[in-house]
Amino acid sequence: MTLFKRRGAVCIATLQADEVKVLRKVAEEVVGLLTEGFDHSDPVVGRLFPDVYPEAPRESAEFRRFTEGDLKTSKIDQAGAILAALPEEGSGEVRLDAEAAQAWLRALNDARLALGIRLEITDDTVLEAELDKALAEDPQSARVFQLSVYSYLGYLQDSLLTAYTA
Amino acid sequence: MTAAPQTTPSRTERPEFVEESEFARPWVTIVHNDPVNLMSYVTWVFQQLFGYPKDKAELLMLDVHHKGKAVVSAGARERMEHDASRLHSYGLWATVDKQ
Repeated sequence: MTLFKRRGAVCIATLQADEVKVLRKVAEEVVGLLTEGFDHSDPVVGRLFPDVYPEAPRESAEFRRFTEGDLKTSKIDQAGAILAALPEEGSGEVRLDAEAAQAWLRALNDARLALGIRLEITDDTVLEAELDKALAEDPQSARVFQLSVYSYLGYLQDSLLTAYTA
Repeated sequence: MTAAPQTTPSRTERPEFVEESEFARPWVTIVHNDPVNLMSYVTWVFQQLFGYPKDKAELLMLDVHHKGKAVVSAGARERMEHDASRLHSYGLWATVDKQ
């Protein structure tokens, strides 16, 4: 499993080709979700853009009207920071300065939130048990893949955070 | 929130985060617990956004985790909306309410 290491002000990791592929796919999906696929009725959008006044829909909508555009732009930019730093193809080194590392941390979090909603992760979810269950049902299923990606993104995010704050 | 692999919270004291003021402070920003965000990440976000030292940010994170939600800032309404918006950009689930 890839770990980030810090050298000076830069966080560095050498990613395998399949990690690069997964990260590109995940970041592109987040961008898609925030652009042509943007849909307020999608629970993922509901989680990434929460109602600021849950008891007051009109005030929430008003707040949204003033803030949603900027928030969307910053989320697209941070997903873009993942795409910008990845090797073009195959395996390769990722080098993140402070600004890029922060963007990656936020973007990895957005991707985990999106997957967490799709996978219906709750406080009671034990990831390994969930993965075992999905594997027993169908090792080729999309759920097995998504659970593996979700777990990988958490590992990578924690590794980057540890390196960045070291 | 969820623990990163092999991360165990080491502190459990009840924190006090909102400084009392002689002025009325009717609005608060609340962060809600969620099953996805890593505890280490939430702690870091509180350090980033509110300039708290790590141990204070960690106690605030644990407050959210154990109680389901916690007040993270208090003050004028516009300021609280700004805080909520910044928290949303980091993926935390934040709302604004009257104190």
